[in-house]
Amino acid sequence: MSEAATAARRKTPRQVIGEGPRTRFVLIAVALAFLGLMLIAPLLVVFIEAFSRGLGVYLEALAMPDTMSALQLTLLVAAIAVPANLVFGVAASWAIAKFDFKGKSFLLTLIDLPFAVSPVVSGLIFVLLFGANSVLGPWLQDMGIQVLFAVPGIVIATIFITFPFVARELIPLMQQQGSSEEEAAVSLGAGGWRTFFLVTLPNVKWGLLYGVLLCNARAMGEFGAVSVVSGHIRGQTNTLPLHIEILYNDNKAAAAFAVASLLAMLALVTLAVKTMLEARFAGSLAAQRRH
Amino acid sequence: MTAAAPGAAKKTSWRRRSVLPGFNLTLGYTLAYLSLIVLIPLAGLAIRTASLGWNEFWALALDPRVVASLQLSFGAAILAAVVNTVFGVLVAWVLVRYRFPGRRWLDAAVDLPFALPTAVAGIALATLYAPNGPFGIVLEDLFGVKVGFTSAGVVMALIFVGLPFVVRTVQPVLEEIDRETEEVSATLGAGRWRTVTRVMLPGLLPAILTGFALSFARGVGEYGSVIFIANNLPFESEIAPLLIVIKLEEHNYAAATAIATIMLVISFAMLFVINLLQAWSRRWFGHE
Repeated sequence: MSEAATAARRKTPRQVIGEGPRTRFVLIAVALAFLGLMLIAPLLVVFIEAFSRGLGVYLEALAMPDTMSALQLTLLVAAIAVPANLVFGVAASWAIAKFDFKGKSFLLTLIDLPFAVSPVVSGLIFVLLFGANSVLGPWLQDMGIQVLFAVPGIVIATIFITFPFVARELIPLMQQQGSSEEEAAVSLGAGGWRTFFLVTLPNVKWGLLYGVLLCNARAMGEFGAVSVVSGHIRGQTNTLPLHIEILYNDNKAAAAFAVASLLAMLALVTLAVKTMLEARFAGSLAAQRRH
Repeated sequence: MTAAAPGAAKKTSWRRRSVLPGFNLTLGYTLAYLSLIVLIPLAGLAIRTASLGWNEFWALALDPRVVASLQLSFGAAILAAVVNTVFGVLVAWVLVRYRFPGRRWLDAAVDLPFALPTAVAGIALATLYAPNGPFGIVLEDLFGVKVGFTSAGVVMALIFVGLPFVVRTVQPVLEEIDRETEEVSATLGAGRWRTVTRVMLPGLLPAILTGFALSFARGVGEYGSVIFIANNLPFESEIAPLLIVIKLEEHNYAAATAIATIMLVISFAMLFVINLLQAWSRRWFGHE
């Protein structure tokens, strides 16, 4: 909500409409209780369980070689998937927001497709595409390229899962801003790239940052799709979420929660930056969003 | 447009001319990347399904274990979406209409399921609702309900992952809703409950339905948070995505493909309905 709207609401005298104080109190209490029990409690449990056996066990779990290699793989996958979808998101939003053409809404639906696909099914389609009894599988094997049960497969599945995030954030924002500023820049003689970097990018940078943050959080946290394509090879194809599963199933709950606390902290940082961006730049973020 | 040469007019007939550069480059890149990452892999699934043949496909799809897992996935997703719709609208209402200490924190917390990896949520929920976990003990003592390691646990996990969808689709519409209509309704003598249910609810309905559909669609496909809290017994608490994973581990690609196709067809139908709902709400209410 914009600050202006909040300020305006504060100034208006007490409304004739609205609920009585008792109803108000009950509704707020129910909302607080529901969110507290359903959302906050699971978050707290992560940190309580992570430190349940003391700081020593916590640090030990994080320093394990398997944890370290899982962390490295997670960072590597995000470092490839996020920029790839960032470039796509910028290109797609330029084409869709700055130009009018037929089939635009159909294209938007296609971009949304990965949101409608179950993570496990996302993994499955790449198993079918690159697996041993597929068209591409034997050919890739002859070339000596291992996609499935290796890093490339994990990267591709992650790109698929996080495909719409940046585009979804940028398209409504750039549509809302129109293209008159860019048209002015071009008519004054600026080239396409110059117009983009000096005119468009400053206008959408916060929305872009927000999209990248969401994309990154999902890329680092993806479980289902990566689980299907990774083959679970310890120390080689385990990302942090897969490592958590292995530790948890090995009855090493404290260690599992220690690793989970890393990802929970990433989630908290993502939410904190998001809240800050929304409070400061309410106008320069799209009003409506879906994830 | 009229000044353009015939060739140019023909070329641009499917799009409006613009002085801005980069249309061919960006649209070309968008289409190429979209095809490579999304469309071709999905087409691969369609081809694999088609190669199964009609009879084999239905034999696999009507396998009792498959039917049971689909029933659980869709049933639990509907239940969770109903709970999320009720509480999501309530939370959105409280966040938009009331001012109280900690409101901003609460608002930020709503997005937690978007940001928290599903595996993390899964082990946290499993710990809370396990028979010896804090929530598990209370629920069993007070109500005699077992949640952890049952199908009720599946619903709990789906409520967690689906809640933000309802709140975040209803919230912006509630913020923009015209207060004058409410005042008119009140001055004409309608009670508060009547005003809310008869005057405001119809305007909110498309957003509520969209939130319900999004929450449901997410729940149907959810995997990571569910497998830890359910005990994953066939015919009891085995969700469809898990059965796909099991079939893959057995190298039964045909069965995995059949289950995936059923889930995809229903998900795409949901996506279509969501788009219709939003077009409907744009036309009748002027907002999304």
